[in-house]
Amino acid sequence: MSGARVSTTPWLLAAPGALLFAALVLVPLALTVVLSFHAYDVARGVQDEFTLAHYAAILSDSYFLNIFWRTLRLAALTTLICAVIGAPEAYVLSRMREPWRSIFLLAIIGPLLVSVVVRTFGWSMLLGPTGLVNDTFRGLGIGTVKILYTETAIVIALVHVMLPFMVIPVWTSLQKLDPMVEAAAWTLGASRFTALRRVVLPQVTMGLLSGSLVVFGLSASAFAIPALLGGRRLKMAATLVYDEYMHELNWPLGAAIAMLVLVINLVIMLAYQRVVEARAKRTLG
Amino acid sequence: MGFLTLEGLTRLYGDVAAVSDVSLSVAKGEFVSLLGPSGCGKTTTLQMIAGLVEPTSGRITLDGRDITHEKPDRRGLGIVFQSYALFPHMTVAQNVSFGLEMRRVARAEREARVRQALALVQLAALADRYPRQLSGGQRQRVAVARALVIDPPVLLLDEPLSNLDAKLREEMQFELRGIQQRVGTTTIMVTHDQGEALSMSDRVVVMEQGHIVQVDAPYRLYESPATSFISAFVGKMNRLSGVWRPGGVEIGGRLLPCNGAGLSEGAAAVLAIRPEKIGLKAPGAGVLDGRVKGRFFLGSAWFFTVETPAGLIGVSLPNAGEEPAREGDAVGLDWSSTSAKAAKPEGAQGA
Ligand SMILES: Nc1ncnc2c1ncn2[C@@H]1O[C@H](COP(=O)(O)OP(=O)(O)OP(=O)(O)O)[C@@H](O)[C@H]1O
Ligand SMILES: [Mg+2]
Repeated sequence: MSGARVSTTPWLLAAPGALLFAALVLVPLALTVVLSFHAYDVARGVQDEFTLAHYAAILSDSYFLNIFWRTLRLAALTTLICAVIGAPEAYVLSRMREPWRSIFLLAIIGPLLVSVVVRTFGWSMLLGPTGLVNDTFRGLGIGTVKILYTETAIVIALVHVMLPFMVIPVWTSLQKLDPMVEAAAWTLGASRFTALRRVVLPQVTMGLLSGSLVVFGLSASAFAIPALLGGRRLKMAATLVYDEYMHELNWPLGAAIAMLVLVINLVIMLAYQRVVEARAKRTLG
Repeated sequence: MGFLTLEGLTRLYGDVAAVSDVSLSVAKGEFVSLLGPSGCGKTTTLQMIAGLVEPTSGRITLDGRDITHEKPDRRGLGIVFQSYALFPHMTVAQNVSFGLEMRRVARAEREARVRQALALVQLAALADRYPRQLSGGQRQRVAVARALVIDPPVLLLDEPLSNLDAKLREEMQFELRGIQQRVGTTTIMVTHDQGEALSMSDRVVVMEQGHIVQVDAPYRLYESPATSFISAFVGKMNRLSGVWRPGGVEIGGRLLPCNGAGLSEGAAAVLAIRPEKIGLKAPGAGVLDGRVKGRFFLGSAWFFTVETPAGLIGVSLPNAGEEPAREGDAVGLDWSSTSAKAAKPEGAQGA
């Protein structure tokens, strides 16, 4: 066994995956970066000149900045709601007995098997002015409430789609916790709530934080839900990019927006990851 | 009326009874051991007392109060779990301190008591470590300290010393027994180490398949085990089958002396004798001759297996400082009729 052979084996094994990744992610990304610096002319299309004009335009236009801000705000809100609903849900799930546990787990993961577009159409039927929700409101005497084409509709649908991504990591970290540890807290005089707060919660923080990371990332780049439930006027980053490409045909501007969204997302997620890791170091060593 | 009483305590898992109809009365300040083979329901019994497993039926009272359905955090018992169940994200000191925090003990007193408890289990130096940085035995001692520090009226110990080396185990046994005697903590300890059960307890409860089979003082349990299961589980026991004759059991034409109340002549009988009650003599000088098949040195004692016409017999001799019989030597086995007991064979008992 030569040393050289040993050291090349990992590379060879990683090569197919690396090539696929490079071909499908890095190359298009690089092309998008290049595209975002090309000049654009309404009459003549994409030009071969280099320009920073698109970036300058985006960063100085409150229309774009508003959309970015909305994207981050809704993604953060979705993450928060998912955490608040998902963590208790995962806890209840982990304390359930078979077969209920499997049934409910399936109920939570099941929706992932249905296309987001289909589910979103479902929500738009439910939330529309003549949908079931408004029928109920009218029945209760509350009157018609505009939900569809509002941020509320987007957040409701995002939470619905993203919940499994929160429940599963939390559930996984709960699985690693010996149920007797919680019981030990009770026997030492802790109430159910105190035991949850002091003993269970610190154990699932890692799951909660990594779930949040996934939910935030996916929500901030969600397309189908804001496109179908936000309507023409309520745009988020991904729908904005789509518009620039498909309606305005200003590909370089769309590319520049996409790059900015990517960078903002990346910065937020890396900073968050830092916090998560620091915390993990402290509590898990 | 005992301080802690269990009445007809039963726990079913599906159709299987993990614990069935366990009744026990423990006096205040008493040290009781639950002894039994793996899976006989010791942990389940303890957890029902702790309030972590709901009894299917039966009643538990503590100091005259019915606690059968009381929440575990209201019972105030100190528990050492078989799996330790330490809080992984807390240091050793924080683990031990948790119960005191829940009792709203002032900080200064809390720190003093934590230090004291850790000193007791010889872990003062490791107070700032996390459980994952400890060895199995160290974790176990943290669990013990965490249960002791709250000064509970009842201590429930689920194999609290199983992971310690012999010397440390002895020291901890001494400590636990000392605390129980000093403070008068009522203690129930689960163990499957019969030596530990015999040496530490006021009474030993032997369990088999969810039932209590005998409750007795260690000495009586050892000398008069109620069933052959107990005699084999607590200490070693030679069992020789033969026929009862006045004065002993006849095996292969030889009369082996023993007590046998209530047996009729000619009935099948089993002679039971502990290895340490048999002496080795010159061939012909004892009640039975044989040949040494195996010899094991145990430090304080020698253990022999001797091939005899009545079967293989274990003999234990104190180590007197010189080398005794070797493998292959012909020897005579000797015992007095008072040290052996004859009984009907187990299976025939009901008939
Ligand atoms: N949650 C459970 N579900 C089903 N069966 C169980 C459960 N807990 C315990 N049992 C069964 O109940 C019986 C008694 O278990 P228990 O844990 O009390 O044994 P134990 O005497 O403590 O054994 P060990 O000495 O190995 O710790 C076992 O046969 C076990 O398989
Ligand atoms: Mg057990």
